Amino acid sequence: MSTESAQSPPPAEGADVVDPTLVAGLSRTERPRRPNPVSASLTFAWRGMLKIRHVPEQLLDVTITPVLFVVMFTYLLGGAVAGSTGEYRDFLVPGVLVMSVLFTTVYSGVALNTDLTKGVVDRFRSLPIARSAPLVGSVLGDTVRYFIAGVVIIVVGLVLGFRPDGGVEGVAAALGLVILFAFGLSWVFMTVGLLLRTPSAVMNAGFMALFPITFLSNVFVEVDTLPPVLKAFVEINPVSILATASRGLMAGDAPTTEILISLAVTAGLTLVFAPLTVRLYRTRG
Amino acid sequence: MTGADPAIEVDGLVKTFGRTRAVDGVDLRVPGGSVYGVLGPNGAGKTTTIRVLATLIRPDAGSARVFGHDVVGEADTVRGLISLTGQLASVDEDLAGRENLVLIARLLGLSRKRARERADELLEAFGLTEAAGRLAKNYSGGMRRRLDLAASIVVTPELMFLDEPTTGLDPRSRNQVWDIVRSLRTGGSTILLCTQDLDEADQLADRIAVIDRGRVIAEGTPGRLKASVGAGALRVRLIDPDQRPRAAEIVERVLAEPHLDADPASLAVSCDDPDRATEALSALSAAGVQIADFALGQPSLDEVFLALTGRPADEGPADDGEDRAGTAA
Repeated sequence: MSTESAQSPPPAEGADVVDPTLVAGLSRTERPRRPNPVSASLTFAWRGMLKIRHVPEQLLDVTITPVLFVVMFTYLLGGAVAGSTGEYRDFLVPGVLVMSVLFTTVYSGVALNTDLTKGVVDRFRSLPIARSAPLVGSVLGDTVRYFIAGVVIIVVGLVLGFRPDGGVEGVAAALGLVILFAFGLSWVFMTVGLLLRTPSAVMNAGFMALFPITFLSNVFVEVDTLPPVLKAFVEINPVSILATASRGLMAGDAPTTEILISLAVTAGLTLVFAPLTVRLYRTRG
Repeated sequence: MTGADPAIEVDGLVKTFGRTRAVDGVDLRVPGGSVYGVLGPNGAGKTTTIRVLATLIRPDAGSARVFGHDVVGEADTVRGLISLTGQLASVDEDLAGRENLVLIARLLGLSRKRARERADELLEAFGLTEAAGRLAKNYSGGMRRRLDLAASIVVTPELMFLDEPTTGLDPRSRNQVWDIVRSLRTGGSTILLCTQDLDEADQLADRIAVIDRGRVIAEGTPGRLKASVGAGALRVRLIDPDQRPRAAEIVERVLAEPHLDADPASLAVSCDDPDRATEALSALSAAGVQIADFALGQPSLDEVFLALTGRPADEGPADDGEDRAGTAA
């Protein structure tokens, strides 16, 4: 250390007034081995969870609407749609679980876009880590968000008297499937988040896409009540299929077809949009 | 040890955005272990150059190497040698100060325990211990910048990019940042400092490249740059700004065409010879121009900069025609 400073050129003018405690604090820290991609991703997931803790109101935004839907629709439409509030509630809760968690995925795109408008992404992108780590990490961190959004709906359902036949296992299986699907869908909104300019544009685009997709599904009404053209769309809508799977699992069945289709859609979305997101994240600059 | 090898070698770097040539053939040689200033106005291409060097964007033409590693072909190796403090503070505003540093430390591969220790060390060194638990978005500009710098040296980088590190800071915070830069240099790191602040480059840099419209228009030590514009300058401040045109005429006759400052009462002219300066002052006095004060000395970097960029049409080769197409003369 001392020999090195002796042979380096004389310090720039004013160097002698440098605060000695500062110099001590700046002591040379050797570079450790770089973390593996899994470890780097988990660190980014930790970052996502810290954000949930520091900015909890963001979670409130997305959960409050579905909670209102469950409570209002149960009492407002229950009698008209299903003949009784209790019956409609049992139909509605597994469906709104899907809706609530899927809406939360838009925030993955919003958060990514917000990052890009700040300087912090430049730092991440100049670090010697796997290029996919910030993205995989933030989706993993967001899984916690999806979990909370789902649990809130289930708790509201329980408060309203929802007692599914599938018990804890059935509800957990439904929640797990929905969260998995959300993981796949979030890559779509991450891509949107990288393509659009502002966080609010991402939010608008996301909600504008999700509103028709969730409403034109069997989340709120039975497919049989719909006119033929609409019925045809609703029946192939992945949200309907996921909602049917969620209902089945909560009721204690295992609707194999719907579960498999949901898993296939999840895999398809991930395979297409995850690489696309990583590519866009790398080149956007 | 690294003193002999250049830390940065840039050859003919070009980067265009749409029709704008943000970087238009930049060449740079930055010696290892030095502070190298890149000085230029807004939009000169400083930030784009840094972003290419920091592997954030790819150049359209030319090459850039960091310690001999190509920034495109060996981007990952380059990332292991550098750290970036961007123009926008590169901190996560939704995290606390301490969390920001632990995050970066973990991403660089420090163990959980070591990451926490390093974060605390840096918070202490940068006077942020009190604010460690507060969210970065509630920090003042100076604190945020210090946190940013701390994040850049969690692991001592071989090469550090600082993009306008003191823009918008109060004088006290600015001095703190300068102290940090000097200590880093003492620690052996190479620093590429982009700035619009001439005083900053003069204070910190061992060498300076002046960059304008995507090209390096002058390069050298601060002293050499000053000398290249003329060994000295005579600066005159008048009592009555209305007399400036007349004073300029007289100075031009005796010495040379003066440079008219933003200050309406002053003018400056390059002049090496004290006798001739005296001559000019006598001529002004004889003509009834009242002088408030005058000084004969080295030109400031400010004047160097104006001399180099202020009159590009007169001085530079006529190669800037593309921008002017369509403008009737």
